Amino acid sequence: MTEAMFEPIIGRYVGLELLRKHHRLYIEEAGQGIPLVCLHTAGADTRQFRALLNDPEVLENFRVIAFDLPYHGKSSPPEGWQEGEYQLTSRDYVDIVMTVCEALGLERPVVMGCSIGGRIVLHLALEHAAEFRALIGLQSGAHVDPYYNLEWLHRPDVHGGEVCAGIVSGLVAPTAPEAGRWETLWHYMQGGPGVFKGDLHFYKVDGDIRDRVAEIDTSVCPLYLLSGEYDYSCTPDDTRNLAHLVKGAQMTIMKGMGHFPMSEDPESFLSYLRPVLREISGGAA
Amino acid sequence: MHEPEQLPALVNDDDWLVHRGRYVDTTFLLEVGDTPYLVRIHKGRIESLARGPFVMPRWTFALRADREAWEKFWEPVPEPGFHDVMALIKFRRLTLEGDQHPFMANLLYFKDVLARLRGGAQ
Repeated sequence: MTEAMFEPIIGRYVGLELLRKHHRLYIEEAGQGIPLVCLHTAGADTRQFRALLNDPEVLENFRVIAFDLPYHGKSSPPEGWQEGEYQLTSRDYVDIVMTVCEALGLERPVVMGCSIGGRIVLHLALEHAAEFRALIGLQSGAHVDPYYNLEWLHRPDVHGGEVCAGIVSGLVAPTAPEAGRWETLWHYMQGGPGVFKGDLHFYKVDGDIRDRVAEIDTSVCPLYLLSGEYDYSCTPDDTRNLAHLVKGAQMTIMKGMGHFPMSEDPESFLSYLRPVLREISGGAA
Repeated sequence: MHEPEQLPALVNDDDWLVHRGRYVDTTFLLEVGDTPYLVRIHKGRIESLARGPFVMPRWTFALRADREAWEKFWEPVPEPGFHDVMALIKFRRLTLEGDQHPFMANLLYFKDVLARLRGGAQ
C-alpha cells in the first residue's frame, strides 16, 4: 500500500475585512519562530513558495506564511467583483499586507515579496519600516518600463491563461529545471480573467516610486534585494540602480535565475536565501 | 545555430508542437539582418519557407532583428537579454509589426517554433 507523504504545510481560510469589504483569504503556513510573510508575483499565487514552505532548515527558525491576494489562487474576489475591472493599487496592496499581518497577530514579521511583491516591500520600507524586522525584495525595482501592450492579457479572442504564461515564459531562466519552469507557468495559466493585467497596473503605472526610494532608512529596517540575472522585466540593472539609491540595502544578483526564483529553481534560490535568513535571525539557520 | 531553411523540418517532425499550433493559419515574415524569410503555416505545420529578397511580400506579422541578435538568440544557452523574443523586444533589438493577433494568441507555440533553431552546428 502506498503511504501518504504529508507535507508540513497547513492551508486554511481566514475571513477578514479588507478595503472595506469582507474577504475570504487563503493562507498557508509551516514552521515556527520568526514570522516570514511571503508575497507571490502578479497573476500567480502562494504555490510559488512551496519549496520554501517545505525546507526543514528554514522551518526550524521561521514561521513561513504565504497568502493568496484577493482574486488569486484560492482567495476569491469579494462580492460584487463582476461589476468592475480588477486593478491593484499601491495603497490597496499596502493595506492588504498590513491588515493580514495585524489580523494574524504577527510581531515585527519579515516580509519577502517577489516582483509586485518585491515592489510593495519598498512601499512598506518607506511607510512602515519600524513594524518589520527585515524586508526582502526579490526581483525588486522602483519602476518597470512597459514593453508590450497589456490589452493582450485580457480580451475574449485570446486565451488569458495561455497568453499570460506566454508573456512570462521568457522571464524564467533558460537554465531553470523543466519541472520548475512549467509548474511556474501552470500557475499563470490558472489566473482569473484580467487579474494579471490588474496586478500590472500597480507594477507599471501606479507603483512607480523612483523619486522616493532614497528616503528608505535601512537602519530602521534592513532591506535585502535578490534578483535573477535573466529577468528582463525587473533587470539586474534595475535592482542595481535601486541598491545604489537606497543606502545600506544589500544586493545579490542570482546567477542562472529569472523572475520567479522561488518556483523556477527552488534549490538554487534557497542557496541564496538561507544566508540572508541566517543573518536576519542572528546566526541561527 | 541551425539555418532558418531548416525550420520546416525541425517543426514538422515534432507532432506535439504541430498539434499545439493546430489553429494557426498564417504567413509571417522573419527578417534576419538583410535576409527576409516568408514562413507559411497551416494547422501548425510549416507548409513553406521562402528566402527573399521579395518584390511584393504579403504577411500577417513580421519579426525583424539584426543577424547578431538572432545568432545570440539561437545559441544553445543564450545570454540574458537574448534568451526570449519578449526580451529582444524589451531591449529594442527586435520589432514585431503588423497584425499581432495570431502571434499573441499562440505565443507559446511561436516561441517554441523560433527556438527550434537553437543549437545545431556552431
